[in-house]
Amino acid sequence: MAERKVTVMSEVGLHARPAATFVQTAAQAPFDVTIAKFGVPPVNAKSILSVLALDVRQGETIVISADADGADEFLDRLAAIASAP
Amino acid sequence: MHADRLAGVGVSPGAGYGPAHRLVRDIPEPPRAARHGGDARAELRRAEQALERVAADLAARGDRAGGEARDVLAAQAMMARDPDLAARVAELIEQGVAASRAVFDAFTGYRELLAAAGGYLAARVADVDDIRDRAVAALEGLALPGLPADPAEPYVLVARDLAPADTVLLDPATVVAFVTEEGGPTSHTAILARALGVPAVVGCAGASAIPPGTPLLVDGSSGVVRLSPHEDEVARAVRGAEQNTALLAAVSGAGATADGHVVPLLANVGGPADIAPALAAGAEGVGLFRTEFLFLDRVDPPTWREQQDAYREVFEAFSGSRVIVRVLDAGADKPLDFLPPPAPEPNPALGERGVRMFRHFPEVLAAQLEALARAAKGTSARVQVMAPMVATAEEAAWFGEACRAAGLPSVGVMIEIPAAALRAADIAAVTDFFSIGTNDLTQYTLAADREAGALAGLQDPWHPAVLDLVALTAAAAMGSGRDCGVCGEAAADPALACVFVGLGVTSLSMAAAALPRVRAALARHTVDDCRRAAAAARAAGTASAARTAARAELPALADLSL
Repeated sequence: MAERKVTVMSEVGLHARPAATFVQTAAQAPFDVTIAKFGVPPVNAKSILSVLALDVRQGETIVISADADGADEFLDRLAAIASAP
Repeated sequence: MHADRLAGVGVSPGAGYGPAHRLVRDIPEPPRAARHGGDARAELRRAEQALERVAADLAARGDRAGGEARDVLAAQAMMARDPDLAARVAELIEQGVAASRAVFDAFTGYRELLAAAGGYLAARVADVDDIRDRAVAALEGLALPGLPADPAEPYVLVARDLAPADTVLLDPATVVAFVTEEGGPTSHTAILARALGVPAVVGCAGASAIPPGTPLLVDGSSGVVRLSPHEDEVARAVRGAEQNTALLAAVSGAGATADGHVVPLLANVGGPADIAPALAAGAEGVGLFRTEFLFLDRVDPPTWREQQDAYREVFEAFSGSRVIVRVLDAGADKPLDFLPPPAPEPNPALGERGVRMFRHFPEVLAAQLEALARAAKGTSARVQVMAPMVATAEEAAWFGEACRAAGLPSVGVMIEIPAAALRAADIAAVTDFFSIGTNDLTQYTLAADREAGALAGLQDPWHPAVLDLVALTAAAAMGSGRDCGVCGEAAADPALACVFVGLGVTSLSMAAAALPRVRAALARHTVDDCRRAAAAARAAGTASAARTAARAELPALADLSL
């Protein structure tokens, strides 16, 4: 299991355009990707509705996880999107 | 059986002919107990196809609209293609639930999650509802909510009423008339129709029952809607409308009454796109420059740098003329992400909007004033600034100080609250000019929400109580040597424009499309005619009696078919 722990830096949180970019990128992965927030069960990172409902705000930390070969490269890209200001 | 003739209130003159297109907004909730016939796989395929059709349609509309709308609609398309949503729909259909109910329930689950989160996400609830309704409509074979994407021919838009959201993508080249079941002369439909120069009939009982596709002939002056008219009748109406347009266009030049009493005729402008029509219609300046277009659909407020180019474009187009800018009019009825109301408001129209909002966010006002002051430098436009929703002289003084500190010397207030009209003399002492906003003044004087269709009968600027407040305001302005304009849509009504002049109003500002009519109406009457019409209207007991009494004093209106 590979995972990345990142703090969301965008002023709007993981909503609006950052959320759309994040989900579009995750959707390209040929394996499952999840996103979790502290104290909340992980959700499907390829689902815009689930990611929005997670309600990740600026300054909150998330964990992005996948369990597959080649997951590292995808997780790095997703972590970069999530932590972009 | 349908009548061949319906009658409503004509609010935007002219004749329009085309097939009826019903604007559908409310999609009924599929019955809770709706089950499919047993073939879960076929039912799931129907659901998947419907969702994909909705997604493709949203994406295509976004591509056509471009800009920010493209991103917004692309994000909505992603919701329709959401894999978790699809999984939930499949699960429900597997249990025997009909596709439309499964889609409805799956979206509703997310809707509740987003609504509970509040803030930005609460605003996405409307998006989720919209996609849900589109998918349900696709599954049940109902017309899709919204406007036809690519109409084969120009059409008459028929609706219960039009909301601002319905009209974002409205193309005036494809809509020849509006007919609404609800709404009054100051409703959004009426305002929009006059701004676009589209004939409109509102408050038209039976309009909702007109079968889609029925050919309609709409007379926006008399308020008559003919169903399936004979082609001779259509030709006559269209010819009459063309002749009338030519008659009105023959009157040109600066606004004045027949005896030379000067009344500058200004344009209401909502962004750079409105400049060319205003100039073409002979506007002598801008009486209401709405600045909301710079602030809508944004997460952060625009900086002064972003704002100043847009302002300068308008100032340069009106070199040497006056341009009255209204600072941002935001509030609970026009919510912006970066200006949240401090507390939930049970009654947004009476809440923290206009200048009240700026007391909480002075930095947003400061940035706008700085942008205006910088944009004004180096242009020869006479830039004036005014505040919306001013109730007291104290608010007017606060706003005036902020403007003068930013280097903007001419500061006015909108008179749209009865308290401000009643104490206009106090406000005149701390301000340079007034501009009467008749839409809100009517709403607040009659305590009748502009959005409430059922109150259309009260939303009438002809009401003598409204005219009394206009008279008080104009008299206070005259007593202090101040200008007093009217920039509400009531100024676009040729008869009411004459009445306002008779009440002492010194300038009129309106949608560009209305300028030729008002210019012609003033040119045919003397200032004494206008004063007699004003006195007759104020002596009446009701709005309709006021209208009739005033028109009796303005005989040339009938010659102009106004």
